[in-house]
Amino acid sequence: MDFGLSEEQVLLKDSVRRYFDGECPTSRVRTVMEGSDGHDTGLWSGLTEMGLPGLLVPEAQGGSGLDLLDAALVAEEMGWACTPGPYLACVMATAALLAADDGTVAERQLSGIAAGEILATVAMGEHGDEWDADRLQTRAENGTLSGTKPLVPYAASADVILVAACDADGPGLWLVERGAAGMTIAPLQGTDLTRRVALVTLAGTPGTKIASGRRAIDRARDAGLVLLAADAYGGAQRCVEMTRDYVMTREQFGQPIGAFQAVKHQLADLATQLEPALSLWWYAAHAYDHIPEEAERHAALAKAHLADLYDRATRDCTELHGGIGFTWEYDLQLWFRRAIFDRAFLGDAAHHRQRAADLAGW
Amino acid sequence: MNLSFSPEYEAFRAEVRAFVAEHWTAADAAATEVDPDSVAAMTGAAVRTDERAASFRTLAIERGYLYRHVPRAYGGSEQAPDPLKAVIISEEFKSAKAPFEIMGQGPSMLVPTLLEHGTEAQKQRFVRDTLVGKIRWCQGYSEPGAGSDLASLRTKGELDGDHWVVNGQKIWTSSAQEAEWMFALVRTEPDQPKHDGITYMLIEMNSPGIDVRPLRQMTGDVDFSEVFFENVRVPVDGVIGARGQGWIVSRSTLKHERALIGNAALQRRTFDGLVLLAQTVELRGGRAIDDPVIRDRLVAVETRLLAAERHGQRLLTLSARGEDPGFAAMVPKLYATSLSYDLAKLAMDVQGDKGLLATGEEQAHFSGMFTVAYMWSLGILIAGGTANIQRNIIAERGLGMPREVRK
Repeated sequence: MDFGLSEEQVLLKDSVRRYFDGECPTSRVRTVMEGSDGHDTGLWSGLTEMGLPGLLVPEAQGGSGLDLLDAALVAEEMGWACTPGPYLACVMATAALLAADDGTVAERQLSGIAAGEILATVAMGEHGDEWDADRLQTRAENGTLSGTKPLVPYAASADVILVAACDADGPGLWLVERGAAGMTIAPLQGTDLTRRVALVTLAGTPGTKIASGRRAIDRARDAGLVLLAADAYGGAQRCVEMTRDYVMTREQFGQPIGAFQAVKHQLADLATQLEPALSLWWYAAHAYDHIPEEAERHAALAKAHLADLYDRATRDCTELHGGIGFTWEYDLQLWFRRAIFDRAFLGDAAHHRQRAADLAGW
Repeated sequence: MNLSFSPEYEAFRAEVRAFVAEHWTAADAAATEVDPDSVAAMTGAAVRTDERAASFRTLAIERGYLYRHVPRAYGGSEQAPDPLKAVIISEEFKSAKAPFEIMGQGPSMLVPTLLEHGTEAQKQRFVRDTLVGKIRWCQGYSEPGAGSDLASLRTKGELDGDHWVVNGQKIWTSSAQEAEWMFALVRTEPDQPKHDGITYMLIEMNSPGIDVRPLRQMTGDVDFSEVFFENVRVPVDGVIGARGQGWIVSRSTLKHERALIGNAALQRRTFDGLVLLAQTVELRGGRAIDDPVIRDRLVAVETRLLAAERHGQRLLTLSARGEDPGFAAMVPKLYATSLSYDLAKLAMDVQGDKGLLATGEEQAHFSGMFTVAYMWSLGILIAGGTANIQRNIIAERGLGMPREVRK
């Protein structure tokens, strides 16, 4: 019985933290935010050299063959550092490919992802906050896809898009390549400028079916939910640390504001709620690979809870900073924006709690 | 991360299970059922201390299953620390409803203090009998003017030959009516700074001059009392640690009490009852659990409960690995108190208008037991250091924020 990280996992986390400390300060984050596509190819090459896009890819395809927990630890560090880029999309696509029926196509893609040669993303949700595979409006017929996907992460940068759609047999997953006929990609202005989304329209666009049924879609969603929870945890912890440091130095009434109980209690409450939530997403990540009967429900619980906590953390921490926290120049707003993405993407907390209640058989 | 136990531990579990099956029969277990709406069930304090239970405990101690941290010389089973084995034993004993370690203030709070600071004679005299429930204890700490600021206590002791003569008053003393002994903090050095003038002493409750006056609490029950001391004579060998060092001596006690209150097992029991309640109760033409708001709140509190449980597993792992849990060890109590409150509040709301019925009223759901939980969730918010005191500790010792000025 060991509910903790392995030495290798601690090493992975530490090396990612060190890399971001050196290579991804908030000045670089801001540069990427101001860019047109939110994708820093230099940073992404660095991540590729560290093997991060291929963590889940089997060793036979050039990856590390690790678990979702390992990828989630990276996501936690990205949340901490506010790292911009398509990591979430990449891991969700990998999860979908690992659940694909067509081994040959999937393996080629997975090799490309691990090598950093293919940037893959997923087009799942549809208008009306619809993330359920059984209610998709995008249709597949005779090898072509038609429909609208309103919030596809990094669609404009991606080499391949895995599209969730329905054909006569029900839901499934199709692979669409960059520049495919009839596909238009319209980048959208998101609040979080470190994770970009685009509106993707498919009109008779050729696609290769790689999975039948909803399993590949659900696995991609659950992987995404766990990663968002980990990102939220890392980001919220960073906000707490920034705020702790700030209230220790900011003086009013002749003393550091951190000496006032109102300030102490607000921060202590936040830190107290946050600390046990670590174990929640650790468990959800572990369940994803090792406790299949609990995986779906725990991914939903972790995302719902951490998204709520992240919202609270960014709000409380901004409040504790006072005016400076409300400025563009001060970095806290980067995490505030990120929390908005983590909260909304893949469905909100209430949606996932309803799913969790259904999954419990209540 | 590996959530299963290794073969070595599974073998140990089988051994414990076989022991319990052999020595604690189904009939014994059936006789252990506690009244579900009793305060004892709510607070987890229900324990059997009769002869049958005592002989089982003695056997379990001989086998090395109970009081593993206590030396054999004082009635424990003196086992090498192994948090995983401790968890397995606890799980197996509880699932068989077999008598486990007595949770009261004696074994949980006084015994660690005696082991750390007591003389050989004190340990011999008290530890063994306390562990099996032969001596019951109450804690004489709080006073009317000394609550969160405990060190300002004023119950005084004056030396008269080989006795301390104690005068003053304690309050919120749980189990004062049943206890044979009290461990108390008494001011013996009035000229010293407040933390340096306190002595930790053991006082026999049938001593002349002690007057126990029960206090009725908001639940309507009587679990604690006021205790008045008028020229109560306490032999000097009843002092634990050095004279004037009582504050330091008492620290090991409070530490253990917080561990006790932070345990998520009680919240799990309340939650399981709450789900059952929500599935049973009819609310506006449907089951309460089908109400979307109730459903959302139910999952939200369950998520926090799961976080508390997994957090416990994380702390257990750190302890088994011999790693310092640091900040992670500081939060369970505060986390559990807000969770308990929200759990109990939801249970009240699930009952709709019937939530207004009193505990014991036949028309109430589950005899109104959740009203007791709702009130007790305030009790644990206060006991062992109020939530705001916990927030101070977490901010100052956990987050390293400036200590506030205290007189």
